[in-house]
Amino acid sequence: MTTPSQALAPAERAVQLLGGDLSEVALRQHLEGLPTVDAVGLEARAASFGTRSIKTTSKAAALDTVIRMIDLTTLQGSDTRGKVRSLVAKALVPDASDPSTPRPAAVCVYGDMVGNAVEALGSAWSAGKDDGINVAAVATAFPSGRASIGVKLQDTRDAVAAGADEIDMVIDRGAFLEGNYGKVFDEIVQTKDACRRDDGTYAHLKVILETGELVTYDNVRRASWLSILAGGDFIKTSTGKVQPAATLPVTALMLQVVRDWERLTGERIGVKPAGGISTSKDAIKYLVAVAETCGEAWLDPHLFRFGASSLLNDVLLQRQKLTTGRYSGPDYVTID
Amino acid sequence: MATSKTSKTATATKAAATEATTARPAGSRAAARAASARLDVPKTYKLFIGGAFPRSESGRVTEVTDARGRFVANVAKASRKDAREAVRAARKAQPGWAGATAYNRGQVLYRVAEVLEGRKAQFVDELVQTSGLTAARAAKQVEAAIDLWVWHAGWTDKIAAIGGNANAVAGPYFNISVPEPTGVVAIIAPQSEGLLGLTSVVAPALVMGNSVVVVPGSAPLSAISLAEVLATSDMPGGVVNVLTGDAAELAPWLASHADVNALDLTGAGSLDWISLEQSAADTLKRVIRPEPGIAPETPQRILALTETKTIWHTKSRL
Amino acid sequence: MTFLDYAPAPESTSILGLRDEYGLFIGGEWRPGGGTSFASVSPSTERQIAMFAAADEGDVDAAVAAARKAYRNVWGPMSGRDRGKYLFRIARILQERARELAVAESLDNGKPIKETRDADVPLVAQWFFHCAGWADKLDWVGLGANPQAHGVAAQIIPWNFPLLMLSWKIAPALAAGNTVVLKPAETTPLTAMLFADICQQAGLPAGVVNLITGAGETGSALVRHPDVDKVAFTGSTAVGREIAKALAGTSKKLTLELGGKGANIVFDDAPLDQAIEGIVNGIFFNQGQVCCAGSRLLVQENIHDAVMDRLKERMATLRLGDPLDKNTDVGAINSTAQLERITRLVDAGIAEGGEAWSAPCELPKEGYWFAPTVVTGVEASSTIAREEIFGPVLSVLTFRTPDEAIAKANNTPYGLSAGIWSDKGSRVLAVADKLRAGVVWTNTFNKFDPASPFGGYKESGYGREGGRQGMQAYLKGGK
Repeated sequence: MTTPSQALAPAERAVQLLGGDLSEVALRQHLEGLPTVDAVGLEARAASFGTRSIKTTSKAAALDTVIRMIDLTTLQGSDTRGKVRSLVAKALVPDASDPSTPRPAAVCVYGDMVGNAVEALGSAWSAGKDDGINVAAVATAFPSGRASIGVKLQDTRDAVAAGADEIDMVIDRGAFLEGNYGKVFDEIVQTKDACRRDDGTYAHLKVILETGELVTYDNVRRASWLSILAGGDFIKTSTGKVQPAATLPVTALMLQVVRDWERLTGERIGVKPAGGISTSKDAIKYLVAVAETCGEAWLDPHLFRFGASSLLNDVLLQRQKLTTGRYSGPDYVTID
Repeated sequence: MATSKTSKTATATKAAATEATTARPAGSRAAARAASARLDVPKTYKLFIGGAFPRSESGRVTEVTDARGRFVANVAKASRKDAREAVRAARKAQPGWAGATAYNRGQVLYRVAEVLEGRKAQFVDELVQTSGLTAARAAKQVEAAIDLWVWHAGWTDKIAAIGGNANAVAGPYFNISVPEPTGVVAIIAPQSEGLLGLTSVVAPALVMGNSVVVVPGSAPLSAISLAEVLATSDMPGGVVNVLTGDAAELAPWLASHADVNALDLTGAGSLDWISLEQSAADTLKRVIRPEPGIAPETPQRILALTETKTIWHTKSRL
Repeated sequence: MTFLDYAPAPESTSILGLRDEYGLFIGGEWRPGGGTSFASVSPSTERQIAMFAAADEGDVDAAVAAARKAYRNVWGPMSGRDRGKYLFRIARILQERARELAVAESLDNGKPIKETRDADVPLVAQWFFHCAGWADKLDWVGLGANPQAHGVAAQIIPWNFPLLMLSWKIAPALAAGNTVVLKPAETTPLTAMLFADICQQAGLPAGVVNLITGAGETGSALVRHPDVDKVAFTGSTAVGREIAKALAGTSKKLTLELGGKGANIVFDDAPLDQAIEGIVNGIFFNQGQVCCAGSRLLVQENIHDAVMDRLKERMATLRLGDPLDKNTDVGAINSTAQLERITRLVDAGIAEGGEAWSAPCELPKEGYWFAPTVVTGVEASSTIAREEIFGPVLSVLTFRTPDEAIAKANNTPYGLSAGIWSDKGSRVLAVADKLRAGVVWTNTFNKFDPASPFGGYKESGYGREGGRQGMQAYLKGGK
C-alpha cells in the first residue's frame, strides 16, 4: 500500500491542474475521475478507421506522411556499430531509386549506440533542430524498467550526453498495477529532469506505457494522463518486446487522451504507437485515427510517430507501385 | 341473471332464454331466511376501483334477479366516467405491481386462492342464485376457479424462463429477452361460468404485472365478491378494477381509451367486437379476439399480455 | 486537398447487370403488372434506375393464388428439413452476391455503401442462415409440439432497409412453412427484384416467394385479400393503424413494426467517447431513417455542455456525399417527400425555440440531402421531441436524476428502442427494467441480430422479429 500523504514531485502541469499540494491522494482521485472506456465501443470505433478507403492522391500523401513519422528502430541485444550504421544509411536513403522519398523522423537505438548513430548521421543529424534526423534512445532500463531509479536516471543522462534528441523511457508497470501512481509519476518527473542538457534545453521525453502489460483500457487512459501530467512530451504504447504491442484501439484511446488534454490546456502532446505495425495498410489506418480523432494538425512528426523496423520497406513497395503502376517486390527495396 | 333497468342487452335476453328452461327453486338467501327466521343483511354490490368500493358516479344500478326472476340485488351500473376512473387507478397501480418481485406476486395470487377457499360457500350461493346451477355444479365451478388462481400463482416466477431467452448474437454482447407486462389491460370477461370465466381472463393478465379493468359478464355478484376477496388478499389497490354494468356500453370507452394498452375481448363475442377491435387499433392496442381467442390455462394466454424486451450490453474483459 | 478530404473511392456499379424494366415475380415467373409502371430513381443523383411494374388487384389475386397453390402443393407438405435446406442455399447465394446487392441497395436507397456492405447485406445472409436452422426445429419455438404455419403471408416492407426488411419477413415465414407475397416499398424495389433471381438460382419451388411492386394501393389490396392468413407490416404507425383496422374482425394474424422516438440516455458516468459514438450511430446511421433511431438524446444536465462540444466536433468529421463512395458516412435522404418532412419538422423545432446546429458539410447539388443536425434546447413538449422525424436530426433534452430520465424516455406513445450509457451496471439494469421499449441497448446502439427479438411496445407495434419470438409470429399451435 502507498502512503496516502506522500507528496509528489512538483511537475508543472500537475501543479497547474491539481494545485500546489501534489499528493498521491490528489493524483489518484484525479486519475480515477477520468471518463471510463467501454472496450467494445472503442474497438468498434477503431475498426471503423480501418474501413476508410484511402486511394490515389490521398494514398500517395499518406505514404509519404507515414515515412516522415517513422522512428526507424533497432533494439536488439545483438546490435553492433555496423548494424546501427546500416540502419542510419537506410534512414538517409530510404529508396535509392527515388530521391524524392522523404526520410524518417528519427532512428531509435539503445542508449549505448547513440554516439554511433550520431556519427553515422553526420550532417543529417538534427542535433535537436528541426531539419534533420533525430536520434532517439530507449532508456530507464528498457524494456522492463526493473532497475533502481539511480540506474534509470544515469541511463537517461548517458544517452542525452551522447547526443540523444529523444528519450523513450518506460514506466514502472509494476508500480502502476500496485496502484502506486505516485511512484510512476515521480520517476517520470525525475527522468524528465535527467533529459536536461547543459544548455538548459531538454531532450524530448517519450513515455512508454507498455499497454500490453497494463491490459485494460481504463489503465491505459490513466497511465496516459499520468504521463502527461508528469511532463511527458509523447506517450508511446509499447516497447515492442511485449505482446500485444501497438494496437489500433489502444492508439485511438491515447489519441483521445491527447485531444482531451489539448481541449483542457491548449497544449499538444504526441502519440507513438510502436511494435507490430509492419504494413502500409495498417499504418494508414493509424493516420485515419489521428486525423479523425485529433484533427489534421496532428499529422506531423512532432505529434505522431511510428516505432517500427519493417514498416518502412512496405511503405516503399507501395510507393513504388503508385509511381510505376505495377507491383514491386522485396528485392527492389534495400534492407538495413 | 342480470337485467338492466335502462336497456336490455342482447346478451341479457339470450341469457334469460337459457335460464327459463333451467329454472330453479328459490335462491339460497330465501332458503336461509326460512331456516333461521333471522332477518338477513343483504349486501350492496358496488364497483371496485382503486381498491375502494364506490357506487357508480352515474347513480345507476342494474337489478339482478335469481333464476326465477326474483329480485336479488341492485348492482352498480358503471358509466364511462367510472371506466375512466378505473383506467386511471389501473395505470397508477401498474408499475408497483409489475415492480413487485415475482415471488411476491405469486404469493398474492395464491393468497387470493386461499381467501376464495374460505369464502367458497358465498360464491357457490351466488352462482346457484343467479345462474340456476345446482349447488354441486356451482361448487365444482368455484373450485375450478380457485385451482386456476393457484395455477397462475405458480407461474409468476417461471414465465420469464418460458417466454424469455438468452440470445446468442454474433458479437461481443450480452443479450437477453424477457417478457414484461403490457400495462393496463381492459377485459370483457366471458358471459358464462361466473367466477371461473372471470378468473380465466383476470388471473393470466395479473401474473406478469399487468393491471386490469374488467367488465364481468353474467356474474356481477361473483365479480364483486371477488373484488372483496382481492381487497383482503394483499393485492394492491387498483391492480384489479371491476366495472359491473353493461358491457356494450362500457367496452367502446375502454377500447378507445388511449391509456389502455391491451384489450381482451374474450367475452365480447355477442357485442359488436369488430368495432371494438377497430377502435383499439387507433392506439395499436394488443387485442385478444373473442372466444375461442387464446385458450385459457396456457402459458400463451399469459404471454399474450406481455411484451418481449430485449436488452443488449457490451461485454469485454478490457 | 487535405488528408481528411480523402480522394474519391467509389464502389463500381459495373458489378450490376440491371434490366431497364422489372415485372412482377409471381408463381416463379416474371409478368407485367396491371397498373401503371413507375420509375425508381437514385436519391443521390435523381437519375432513373429502372422501371417497375405496378400490381393491381388482379395481380395481387394472382400472387396470392400462386402462394396458396405453392403452400398447398409444395411448401406446406415439404419437410422442415428440406425447407431449411432451401433457406441455407439462399443464405449462401446472398453471401456470394453480397457486393452486387450492396451496390444495388446503395444505388436505390441512397444509403452509404459502407452500411450496405458491412451491415445490411451481411445481416440479410445471417437472417436466412438463422431461420434456415429453425425450419426443422419448430417444436421448440414455444408453441408446443407440431405447430402449424398460417398459410399465405402478406408482407409489406419499408424503404429504409429494403433487403434487410425483406429477409426479416421472408426468412422466418418460409422457415415456418408459410408461402409469401411480399411488396417492397415503392421507392426501393430494386433489391427485391434481385432477390427473385436468387430464389430462382436456389431452385426454390415456384410460388413460394412472390414479389409484387407497387404503391400504397397495391399494399392495401394485398393485406385485404381474403385468402391471406397472416399479415406482417413494417412502416409508419399511421399505415399500421389502418391495417390493424382493416384486419379487425378477420381471422388474419397481424404483426406490426412501426415508428419510434427512441431515447438515448447518457448518464454522467458514461464512457464518454463511446457514448458520443453511440449518439452518432444512433441518429446518423442510415441518415436517421431508422424506426429505432436514438432521436431523442437525454443527457444528464451536468455533462450537457461537454457532451455537446464533443458531439459537434465528432459530427464535423462525418462525410456526407456519394453513397457509393466507400468513405461516405452520411448518404442521401430517400425521397423528396421524406426530405420535405425532415425540413418541415426541423423548422418547427426552431420555431418552438430549439437551436439547430448542422455539421459543416457541402450538400451536393443533385439529389436529396440533409446535413447531420442537432437541435438543443428541446423540451419534452416540443414537436421534434414527440414526432418521429425519420431523418438525421437529433433532439437534445436534459435530465437531472435517473427517475427523471426514465419518465422523459417513456413520455411518448412509441416504445420501440432506447439506449443507456453508464458505467454503473446496477443502474443500467434498473433503468433498462423501467424503460417501456422493446429493445434497450446499453453502452451500444443500433445493433441487430437474427437471434435477438426486435419489436415495440405501445404504438410502435406488436409482435417480434428475430429469435424464437420472431418464429412464433409465423406459427400457430401449441395447446
